[in-house]
Amino acid sequence: MLRKKSKQFNWQHKHLLGLRDLSAEEITFILDTAEGFEEISTRSVKKAPPLRGKVVVNLFFEDSTRTRNSFTLAANRLSADVIEFTQKTSSVSKGETLLDTAKNLEAMGIDIVVIRHNAAGVPKLLSRSINACVVNAGDGYCEHPTQGLLDVYTIRKFKGSFDGLKIAIVGDIAHSRVARSDMWAMTKLGAEVIFVAPPTLIPGNVDKLPVKVSYSLDEVIEKVDVINMLRIQFERLGGNPFPSVREYSHYFGLTVERMKKAKPDILVMHPGPINRGLEMESEVADGKNSVILEQVKNGLAVRMAVLFLVNQAAAQQQ
Amino acid sequence: MANELLIKNGRVIDPANGVDKKCDVLIVDGFVAEVGRIDKQAKDIIDATGKIVTPGLIDMHVHFREPGDEEEETIASGSAAAVAAGFTSVVCMPNTKPPIQSETDVEYIHRKGRQARKTHVYTMGCITKDSEGIELAEMGFMAEAGAVGFTDDGGGVQDPAVMLRAMKYVTMFDKVIAQHCQDDSYGKDGVMNAGYNSTVLGLPGIDILAEEAMLWRDIQLVKKTLVRYHAQHISTAGSVELIRQAKKMSLPVTCEVTPHHLLLTDDCCADYDTNFKVNPPLRTASDVEALKEAIKEGLVDALVSDHAPHLKSEKELEFLAAPFGIASLECALSLYVKALIEPKVIDWPQLISLMTNRPAQIIKIDKGTLSKGKQGDVTIINPDFEYTIDTSVFRSKSCNCPYDGWKVKARVEKTIVGGEVRFEI
Repeated sequence: MLRKKSKQFNWQHKHLLGLRDLSAEEITFILDTAEGFEEISTRSVKKAPPLRGKVVVNLFFEDSTRTRNSFTLAANRLSADVIEFTQKTSSVSKGETLLDTAKNLEAMGIDIVVIRHNAAGVPKLLSRSINACVVNAGDGYCEHPTQGLLDVYTIRKFKGSFDGLKIAIVGDIAHSRVARSDMWAMTKLGAEVIFVAPPTLIPGNVDKLPVKVSYSLDEVIEKVDVINMLRIQFERLGGNPFPSVREYSHYFGLTVERMKKAKPDILVMHPGPINRGLEMESEVADGKNSVILEQVKNGLAVRMAVLFLVNQAAAQQQ
Repeated sequence: MANELLIKNGRVIDPANGVDKKCDVLIVDGFVAEVGRIDKQAKDIIDATGKIVTPGLIDMHVHFREPGDEEEETIASGSAAAVAAGFTSVVCMPNTKPPIQSETDVEYIHRKGRQARKTHVYTMGCITKDSEGIELAEMGFMAEAGAVGFTDDGGGVQDPAVMLRAMKYVTMFDKVIAQHCQDDSYGKDGVMNAGYNSTVLGLPGIDILAEEAMLWRDIQLVKKTLVRYHAQHISTAGSVELIRQAKKMSLPVTCEVTPHHLLLTDDCCADYDTNFKVNPPLRTASDVEALKEAIKEGLVDALVSDHAPHLKSEKELEFLAAPFGIASLECALSLYVKALIEPKVIDWPQLISLMTNRPAQIIKIDKGTLSKGKQGDVTIINPDFEYTIDTSVFRSKSCNCPYDGWKVKARVEKTIVGGEVRFEI
């Protein structure tokens, strides 16, 4: 597929905190860079040298397997050394503070911090306090920029362009960092985004966001080119935003039956991990329209691009 | 010879007596002896030409953290900050560790205040034991010990039946019952205003309904009990409307407003700077306008700092985890001038009234005027003096103050408490 390459672009951000702050050109540049890295994973020796001698720390304060492994692998493929730091915290005020942890790691000479934390804003806080590059791997329900990037990367791969593209994001929008990062990336690139959820899972003042809102998946499914099904995050829900899982699935689950109304070439996406049978039936998750595993694969290339670019920007700024 | 202090040629503003004129104030043996043209010699003379001379300012909502969190503030450090900011009387909130909920607790605050020898230090007591909202605290004993009112500040009394019981009971002592209006069923976990900003920042919000629903409920309870009720730090346009209606009905309802709710909005939280994390949270520009309009209309009865000191190490935590609070006592007057005088919302006499006689009426203390025979508490202000707020020179032990570096006007030059100069530049 031929596409105009964003040529001679000078990437300047030594941190990737979120997609809200990036322009369409910058997002496109990351995607183009990622495209170049995809080839490395097809080699018999899956390694390239750009981060040789650099240290990446995976600072994960929240459960994650997919994102953490993806970052580790991405860093390894670029020849960086990786430190894994996993700590589940429920109370941050107990023991060492986050900043102390980060500054201690910095004293050991790290170059890039990949951080996941349950509190929104933590990557920004870190970026203000330490010299290393900061890459947000998910903060509270604010942003998950590399997920947003791999989602648009995947869509671009299959659909070519975002012009006139209609994308539904379905599920717990209110507590989803994926929905927010997706929204910023997709709308900046020119797609139309529709949030589909019960009103109790739609965030406040959504009218000021660049999206449409629908409470009916049945109405939306016929119109969209892409559908991204979010995981119901039971750990984040406060109170009970819907009466039962059964009722939720009835209205908002992506079933085989519902898929019959969709466009034949609809892309079915999910950031994982899937609650099979809840937001999506297994037949759909594993069906011909599903690109869920493709997303995971693309995540690697996107994360390699991000690590590469922030490191390059830091080197330039020195 | 009597101990005489003569303050000459200032612009004397004494709202309770309708005074706003260039004249002199004579204090003899710690009490106001005369206000007017005074042609006599006194032992001590202060030339206040070009200055504003007012009754000592009153802040009826501060947190001095003692007992329990003395690393953040003490009554000594807090009252040193207060007197440097022109305040001669402050009212401590009872949410200390342990909370102020017995007569000995109240006496402890008073003693620490006396020992600090800076300002008059008053305190409110808890409405309910441990501010848990379940059983009533010993409000009678606390009233006898001199508590000026009752509040579970830091949170609201959730159970309407408990609040009704508290209100009924307090009518026996003629004390004000003050409420931090926050119905926890709307966004108990919130850390900032619920709105566009909380949505894009991914932070849990505190809905305006949390404040307004409780204020509405309390006003219904006031109708039933006719107790003197004070809504603390109101922050929303909806609360202003509720106060307006209550006052129309001539209910004994008063309210207060903080400088941060007049100067800052939730846009300030965009960088997750926890110095902007405060409860009630910073709201929107239209709420700020509604509060200013309320002040203009006379619906607001007191300006208060809600001085809430916290350690830098606590405020350096994640926005989600950091404690609520802004420490602004030391620059409060300049902030009110910026919010209210500079944009001509109100004039100096109106501002001084909101910081002297009107709060004094709410807490029923015999202060806030320069009437003959009253205690000689006087503040002398240079209204045109411009300076830059510098938290590093604060007398307060904490500097969680988002106004650091702001250019402001109006400096307190002398603070006189009971005829004694307790602060001067």
